[in-house]
Amino acid sequence: MTEPQIPVTEDELHAYVDGELPAERREEVEAWLAAHPDDAARVQSWRRMAADLHARYDAVADEPIPARLEIERLVQTPRRWVYGAIAATLVAFIGGGVAGWTAHGAASVPSAFQNFTADALEAHRLYTVEVRHPVEVPGSERVHLQQWLTKRCGWQVRAPELETTGLKLVGGRLLPGPAGPASFLMYESASGERFTVYTARAPTEATQMRYATGNQDAALFWADHGVGYVVSGGSDRDRLMQVARLVYDQSEKDGS
Amino acid sequence: MTAFRESVEAMIPALRRYARALARDAEIADDLVQDTLVRALRSERLFIGGDIKSWLYTILTNLNKNRRRSLARRPQHLPLLENNPDASGTEAEGRDIARALATLVEEQRSVLLLVMLEGLSYREVADIQGVPIGTVMSRLARARAHVKAYLDGERPSLRRVK
Repeated sequence: MTEPQIPVTEDELHAYVDGELPAERREEVEAWLAAHPDDAARVQSWRRMAADLHARYDAVADEPIPARLEIERLVQTPRRWVYGAIAATLVAFIGGGVAGWTAHGAASVPSAFQNFTADALEAHRLYTVEVRHPVEVPGSERVHLQQWLTKRCGWQVRAPELETTGLKLVGGRLLPGPAGPASFLMYESASGERFTVYTARAPTEATQMRYATGNQDAALFWADHGVGYVVSGGSDRDRLMQVARLVYDQSEKDGS
Repeated sequence: MTAFRESVEAMIPALRRYARALARDAEIADDLVQDTLVRALRSERLFIGGDIKSWLYTILTNLNKNRRRSLARRPQHLPLLENNPDASGTEAEGRDIARALATLVEEQRSVLLLVMLEGLSYREVADIQGVPIGTVMSRLARARAHVKAYLDGERPSLRRVK
């Protein structure tokens, strides 16, 4: 065994363990390790670390794949509604929807998108049952409401006209959102069904449309120019889509 | 099923393993995998060849980064009592490594797992993280040193307390 001429570097030790070292250098590194017990111990500890990781996590790869991750199922979810400037893809939540994570408890933290929609749905549930004080500013003061929310939120808040679907503006309020303020508008039909439109700074510019469903209610979510929109209503999906489409059209027109 | 979908499907077990180690919570991990798959399948027609495996790891890594960025702005929810079944006696060793991972910063944890658990090359990890190979190597070295220090420090101290 010959002592290597060039000292072995830290990088080379890592490369050696990870099988990234050029073959011609391997032997020299092995000779170095034989002569340097400290380095040899470190290399050994990294190998143990890898073994620990595999012992801990390989079992996950052997678990049966949960139904919600099956390709067939994911492919079959509706992909219609390619709409407007954005290719809005509607993805039904299979399994772990909003209702799913709420039941899951506070210990787990859901993904950013679910947080956002969950906040909106929570506000929807809280205020739509309110008879006397559902809003802070009534719909009769539409102009003032829009100016106030726009000023506080920092993006153009426009209360969409939903009269064509039989919905009248009840009014709105300011809410704490996931990252700063959120605007919250409520609409009502003659028969008393209520829809809400929630907007807040979106975690991404991302623009695909998603559907989330709870027990009694459901929401459609999308983001546009960094603002996220959540339209919440009853569990009738077609009706919800009809309303969401109108909201979407009008927010597009504003170019906000 | 198309060849593309078959390749994606074949990766699900490995993606779940990586996500579990990365995100720790099983539910969140599968959320990440689901979002990754949905995104990948939606881009089927945009995918013009290349390495599907690296591409999937890239999507998942980025999704997790975005998730954490938005979490940083929310109050943190922690269990009051450690009653996670994973953490019970039988897997004391595994619990150590899981906790050690939790103390790493995001990029270092990702590098460590992609190299040591998923067996990717430095080159592949560099592409996934969008950084030079040198950065991957320094992140890996720091991650290993940190985990080693954590494990070395943790074991004797547990004995001392008892």
